[in-house]
Amino acid sequence: MTTPVLELQSVDKSFGPIDVLNQISLSVNKGEVLCLLGDNGAGKSTLIKTLAGVHKPTRGKILMDGQEMSFDRPRDAQEKGIATVHQFGGTFPLMSIGRSFFVGVEPTKGWGPFKIFDRQSANEIAVKAVRDFGITRIDNGDRLIGGLSGGERQSLAIARAVHFGARVLILDEPTAALGVKQAGHVLRIVNEAKKRGLAVIFITHQVMHAMAVGDHFAVLIRGAIAADFRKGDKSREEITDLMAGGETMADLEAQLEI
Amino acid sequence: MKNLSIGNLLRRPEAGAFLGLVTVVVFFLIFGGLSFLKPAGIASWLNVAANIGIIAIPVGLLMIAGELDISIGSMIPAGSMIVAIMSGHYDLPMWISVIAVLGFGAVVGAINGFLVVRTAVPSLIVTLGTLFAVAGLVLGLSVLITGTTSVAIKAPAFYKAIFGQFIGGTYQVLILWWIAFAAIYIFFVHFSKYGNWIFAIGGDRESARNAGIPTTKVTITLFMLSASSAAFVGMCQALLFNSAQVSAGMSYIFNVIISVVVGGVLLTGGFGSVIGIIFGTITLAVVTQGIYFTSFDRNWSSLIIGVMLLLAVLMNNTFRQMALNYSPKKK
Repeated sequence: MTTPVLELQSVDKSFGPIDVLNQISLSVNKGEVLCLLGDNGAGKSTLIKTLAGVHKPTRGKILMDGQEMSFDRPRDAQEKGIATVHQFGGTFPLMSIGRSFFVGVEPTKGWGPFKIFDRQSANEIAVKAVRDFGITRIDNGDRLIGGLSGGERQSLAIARAVHFGARVLILDEPTAALGVKQAGHVLRIVNEAKKRGLAVIFITHQVMHAMAVGDHFAVLIRGAIAADFRKGDKSREEITDLMAGGETMADLEAQLEI
Repeated sequence: MKNLSIGNLLRRPEAGAFLGLVTVVVFFLIFGGLSFLKPAGIASWLNVAANIGIIAIPVGLLMIAGELDISIGSMIPAGSMIVAIMSGHYDLPMWISVIAVLGFGAVVGAINGFLVVRTAVPSLIVTLGTLFAVAGLVLGLSVLITGTTSVAIKAPAFYKAIFGQFIGGTYQVLILWWIAFAAIYIFFVHFSKYGNWIFAIGGDRESARNAGIPTTKVTITLFMLSASSAAFVGMCQALLFNSAQVSAGMSYIFNVIISVVVGGVLLTGGFGSVIGIIFGTITLAVVTQGIYFTSFDRNWSSLIIGVMLLLAVLMNNTFRQMALNYSPKKK
C-alpha cells in the first residue's frame, strides 16, 4: 500500500452557519488521475480552494505523503508542489509565451544591478517545455499568449506548473470552454502528466472527459461525496445520473415532456 | 532583436505612436515650413515634452499595471509651492526643500497606492480624491502661511543650474532629466525582470499574485513614482520661473493621459512600452506647439489633438490585433 501524495481526511468547511463541505475524504496517488465530478454548486470550487491553501478546513486534516499539512496561504501550498491551473489562469494574453512562462521567476543574466531578463533562454525553455507535452504548434516564444487557442493556453499553463516542480496538479474545469479537438489536446497533456508521475486532480462536469483519463472518480453532491469508485466500476449513464443528484436522466426527460 | 522586419516593428506597442509622430511632423512641415525643426523651434516643443514626459512615463507604467493616477494635476503645484514656501518664504536650505518635495510626493503616492490595493475603489476615484485634497491643502496652507497664492523664490546658483536653467538660453535643463529618467525606466521596464512584473499585474492581477509577484508592493511603488515625478516637475518649474503658483497643473492631467494613450499603452493595462510613451509625448508636444509655426489660428490645436487621439487609439488597436494574431510562417 503506497502512501497517497495528497489525502483529505473527513474535511469539513463552513462559512459562518453555512456548511459547504461535509466529511470529505479523498486521496490521490502518484501517477494517478482523480476525477472530481459534480454539478454546479456542489462544492467543487470550495474543495479546490481548500486544497490550494485559499481556505483552511474548518475540521479535518490534509495530509501530504502521510504528513499533516496546514496551509495559511496559496503560496504555502505551491511551495509544497500543489499547483492549481484555472481556466486560462496563469497566462497573460498580451505577454509573450517566454515572458508569461517565467512570470515571477524570471531568468536573468548579467551582473549586479544590471541583471537583464534573459529573453532568449526564457523563450527556449518555455517552447521546449510545451513541445515536450506534444503541443508542437508552439515554436516561437515571442508569440503573444492571446494568439494561442484555448487548448494551447491551457496546455501552456499545465506545462508551466509541471516545469516548476508541481507534484499535485489541480485542474479546474480545463476542458469546459473548449471544442472537441482542443479538449483532446488537454486530455492528452493530462495523460502525459500522469505518465510523468504527477498526481492529478481533474475537476469537470463532462463525464466523457473524465472517463477518458480518470483512474479514480468521486462524485460530489451538495458538499458531500456521493460516490467514490475506480475506473470501470460504473457506466457513463450511472455517473451522469449520480451527478444530477440521484435523479435519473430518464426522470428528467419525463418531467420535461409535460 | 535578431529578426528586424517591417512586420515585427509594426507589432511592437510603439508602432502606432511612431507613425503618429511621423504624421504630425510631416503635417507641420507642409503647413509650417522647416522653422519648427530649427533649434529655436525644437526648443519650443522639446521643453513642453520634457515637462509632460517626466510624468507621463510613470503614469504610463501605472496604466500598464492597470491603474490610473490623476492626482498628478495637484502634485505639480504642490511641488512648486513646497519649494517656494520653504526656500523662498522661509529661506531654508535648498536641499531640505528638495527632500521635502520628493518626500511629499512619496507620501501622497503611498496613500494613493495603499487605498487602491486595500479597498476595491477604482484608482480613478481614489486619485480624484487626492487630486482635490492636495489642491485644497496647498491652497489653504499657502494662503495661511504667505497670505498669497503666488510665492517668489530665488534659488542658489547650483540648484538653479541643475533644476531650473535654460541651457543656451532656450533649452530647459529638464530635458536632460527626462532623457536620464527615460534611460533608467527603459532599462527597468524592458530589460530587468521588474518590467515583467508590471505587465503581468496589468494582464491578470490574480494570476500575477499566484505566480509570486508582490503585486501590492509594485503597485504602491508605481504610485509613489508618479506622484514624486509630478512634484519634481513642479519644483523644477518653480526654480525655472523663480516663482510658484497654486493653480498650475490641471491641464497636465489630460496631456499626460493623451501622451500615454497615443504612445500605445492599453487603457485597461497589460500592454505598452516606455519608448511608445516617449513618442506619444513628443507627438502631443509637436501638435500643441507646431500650430504656432503655421498660419492656422491656435484654437484649432485642440481639434487636432482630439482627432489625433482617436486615430491613435484606433491605430493602436489594429496593431495590437496584428500582434495577437501573429504566428510565424512555417518554414
